[in-house]
Amino acid sequence: MPEIAIETHELGKRYTLGLQGRGYGTLRESLVEAARKPFSRRGREGRKGDQLWALHDLSMTIRSGEVVGLIGHNGAGKSTLLKILSRITEPSAGYADVTGRVGSLLEVGTGFHPELTGRENIFLNGSILGMRKAEIRARFDEIVEFAEIARFLDTPVKRYSSGMSVRLAFAVAAHLEPEILLVDEVLAVGDAAFQRKSLGKMNEVAKEGRTVVFVSHNLAIIQALCTRGVLLERGEVKADAPIVEAIDHYLRTLESAASDNLLERTDRDSRAYDETLVRRLSIEDVSSGHPNVVVAGRPATIVVEVTEQLPTMECQLTIVNSLGQPVCTLDSEMSAPVDVRSPELGTRIECAIDSLPLLPGRYRIDVLVKAKRHIQDGLQAAAFFDVEPGMIGDRPLAAEAAGDVSLPHSWRLPA
Amino acid sequence: MLERMETTTAQTREEAVAFPPPETIRLRPTKGFSRVLAPKELWRYRDLAGQIALRDITIRYRQTALGGAWAVLQPIGFMVVFSLIFGNVAGISSNGLPYPLFSLSALVPWVFFSNALLLGSDSLVSNSALVSKIYFPRIFMPMGVVVAGFVDLAISIVILMIIVFAWGFVPSLAILALPLLVVIAAATALGVSSALSAINVRYRDVRYVVPFAIQLWLFITPIVYPSSSIDEPWRTLSAINPMVGVVEGFRWATLGTGNAPWDLIGISALSAAVLFVAGLAYFDRVERAFADFV
Repeated sequence: MPEIAIETHELGKRYTLGLQGRGYGTLRESLVEAARKPFSRRGREGRKGDQLWALHDLSMTIRSGEVVGLIGHNGAGKSTLLKILSRITEPSAGYADVTGRVGSLLEVGTGFHPELTGRENIFLNGSILGMRKAEIRARFDEIVEFAEIARFLDTPVKRYSSGMSVRLAFAVAAHLEPEILLVDEVLAVGDAAFQRKSLGKMNEVAKEGRTVVFVSHNLAIIQALCTRGVLLERGEVKADAPIVEAIDHYLRTLESAASDNLLERTDRDSRAYDETLVRRLSIEDVSSGHPNVVVAGRPATIVVEVTEQLPTMECQLTIVNSLGQPVCTLDSEMSAPVDVRSPELGTRIECAIDSLPLLPGRYRIDVLVKAKRHIQDGLQAAAFFDVEPGMIGDRPLAAEAAGDVSLPHSWRLPA
Repeated sequence: MLERMETTTAQTREEAVAFPPPETIRLRPTKGFSRVLAPKELWRYRDLAGQIALRDITIRYRQTALGGAWAVLQPIGFMVVFSLIFGNVAGISSNGLPYPLFSLSALVPWVFFSNALLLGSDSLVSNSALVSKIYFPRIFMPMGVVVAGFVDLAISIVILMIIVFAWGFVPSLAILALPLLVVIAAATALGVSSALSAINVRYRDVRYVVPFAIQLWLFITPIVYPSSSIDEPWRTLSAINPMVGVVEGFRWATLGTGNAPWDLIGISALSAAVLFVAGLAYFDRVERAFADFV
């Protein structure tokens, strides 16, 4: 085993904005542009000014056998780094030395062809992921067994249930034997039982002494799998520490980012149209009026202020616990008769909760604002709030309550 | 490595698999030509190349009622229409050959070429999920399309020869020139379609241009008319279009009549080589940015 698996030196990746992402240019636009500025070397230089360094001066070393979690906000450069390491895209500056075969799991099921049978897809997908034919043959039975699809091997994948194809895809990928495994947010698929099984498999892979670089928004999974955490912010390494410390650091940066003026945030949803932006978000206890301190079981209101009032605005709020696991999603698109639409609200959106069913602890709120059938703005960790102990449905909370929520309920017991 | 072997001794076949020793690859910004023109890299991914071609072959006619028959129906259909319109109504010369044979022997390589061009130029975009998520030499996409086309071509050549025999023609030794002609057609198709597929990543205009361009190309190729109906020096010059040499060569090689059009084949082979190298070179230069645009 070589001692060092991955070493990056002042690695950088530059994207020219407007040329990637939301659409592709047409030939006409380029011809018009070329005609207007016949002597500019447009193709090579790009338009100066709207360039973005998704990764900048990133130097780090990962030793063989390390299991590293990459954490950071949206747009911090985690996925870009994995894409460079897996050779999907080239760096714009610096270099990365990678020793050993790289297997990347950037999306489960990439490369499945719906018309091909399960058997054919195992071979196709395996070779796409970098396995030799002999290796696939040697692991074939294991893959089929792990995926639990033996009966449907010769059925085209398009007739599989979504659960079956996800299981098959993960099984092929998990049985790769690369020295370095890059994993991006792939365990969030399948049913709960299969998720546990996949997590177990990932654990096994990590224990076998292979190098794993792991990206997930689920901090609980990262903490369980990884030993070292690297926190990225705006394409640079912000912290590189044992996983628990790195996660703590990340949570603190999340909180400091949830400032009063959210317009200063740059880590917004990349799909957003930006016609209206979230300016402020808070959760208030209805009687005390304290922002971001609420009491379990009491009424609370989440207030979102946006910059522009657009027709047919919708809002989606996700409450996330301190380990990054979503607790619940409140979505105005799922409308109910109690909902009110009034022009008098202006740029203010309110979500009223009669009795907050959260257990004491620290939570955050992710927000997504939609209008005109598009995502207009999205922010993770737009606000943090503390839930103080209280009573849910007139009942005190159990001291050792498990989970994040309690429910109003009543008992019928023998006297 | 040893540890892994021990944990899986139950699987005896496992031991037959040799793992190459890990080597260090430096990933850095590249300039000039790097990937397509690096045969070592292509060789490393040879299994994938085979799998992609195999996939293209398997799915081409899956869930079609007529299946592989489409490989033959396309050229035959054209032959019938062309014979009626150009042979009977317009009365275009066919160098004394029966018009159906005259056109079919040209349509067989033409249909191979036009399908490869049409599917190949869309191959990167239609596989964008793969291109943006997995690394592999991207040239395998247009290449898979061309290789898959060989199966159709082989079927339709067999049918063509059956019809030729049935009509009472006996092919001469000239038939041995077929592989060379197929290579010229495939090289042209791969060169042009890989360049177009690369442009398609940036400009989807290609999707609308290609079907149109293929129709025009059909008429600048001597398929419905013989190249002998063109005056010199234009007849010889027209062979800059590689399909001119291929089509006239196919007529000569399969029907076993007339003089060998070596002048046309020679010029077309040269021109095909230029298109092949230029197309791949362009593809190679822009390949590194595909994942950022597709």
